[in-house]
Amino acid sequence: MSTPMPSEPWEQQEKAPAVKKFMYVNRRAPYGTIYALESLEVVLIAAAFEQDVSLVFIDDGVYQLKKGQDTGEIGMKNFSPTFRALEGYDVEKLYVEKESLWTRGLTEDDLVVPVQVVAREELREFMDQQEVILSF
Amino acid sequence: MKLGILVNEGPYQHQASDTAYQFTKAALEKGHEIFRIFFYNDGVNNGSGLGVPPQDDRNVTKLWSDLAEKHDLDLVVCIAAAQRRGILDEREAKRHGKNSSNLAPGFRISGLGQLIEAGIQADRLVVFGD
Amino acid sequence: MTMLHTVNKSPFERRTLDSCLGHALKGSAILLLEDGIYAALEGTVVTDKIKDATREHPIYVLGPDVRARGMSEEQVIEGVSVVGYDGFVDLVAAHDNIQSWL
Repeated sequence: MSTPMPSEPWEQQEKAPAVKKFMYVNRRAPYGTIYALESLEVVLIAAAFEQDVSLVFIDDGVYQLKKGQDTGEIGMKNFSPTFRALEGYDVEKLYVEKESLWTRGLTEDDLVVPVQVVAREELREFMDQQEVILSF
Repeated sequence: MKLGILVNEGPYQHQASDTAYQFTKAALEKGHEIFRIFFYNDGVNNGSGLGVPPQDDRNVTKLWSDLAEKHDLDLVVCIAAAQRRGILDEREAKRHGKNSSNLAPGFRISGLGQLIEAGIQADRLVVFGD
Repeated sequence: MTMLHTVNKSPFERRTLDSCLGHALKGSAILLLEDGIYAALEGTVVTDKIKDATREHPIYVLGPDVRARGMSEEQVIEGVSVVGYDGFVDLVAAHDNIQSWL
């Protein structure tokens, strides 16, 4: 593979860095599997790349945001406080599906962090617009 | 078209790695470019060189190593997920005081940034998981 | 944008297919692969669901996974197209974005 010629400083200024719409789809409950935790780890690292990031919680993914997780007796690390830290990483678009909450008898008040509760109808339009979709 | 591939499951336990492999092979045959194949979650286990699967079945790790060699593919194993699961190259093994390493040929260990870069640089990112 | 959705789990094992159908915009494509192929077959309790879905979505099933599981293309619901891995690649190229429902 040939190495591209390094660009001149003025060429670099004209080339805008690519900003893509990244969507992290969270559909699994926490602790039963590692997907919730490792998905969050991607989000934290990805923050440095300054992309247009959204986190979407549907189906059992809404359980990841439940307040009051006490993991002492299962011997696992409680990672839910990390959701509160996301704001500090400029990751602020957290969307929770209304129907997924309702099915599980949860409300916005049960959640550990402020989110935007979105109806499925609106969410599916939003999902369709995303460019890079990461599911775990 | 430039493709990024994400493999979230280990060899044999799930079909994900096999499907990703068949997809990657087909994409190469069609003349597409594979920007990177990133292994995350249990997918890092595809990078273990210690597997000795039965002779009459495919060797998933070797399939990836051979494909990578033939087509100069970038197989990246996530460092954080790999550390958790005990997939180490020589440098990582030394760094953590382990007396052996096990990363298979053709794979390299790197950070999650490589996955994000693949998402940014590739035209499509395809996820293979459970 | 037209999305390609993939579903790799059996509709009898997981609710992935339902989640996908619930979120797929009209006109977006759906590929059933791995254990997801069982949804593409005639004669099950989800057959009508898929038949209805074909009115709103082009639906595809991965042939190698159908045959691997002892099913035949003749058993695939009419209106669901059978593709190989090359067809899978073409679908990825032809759609703007891909969502794998895991």
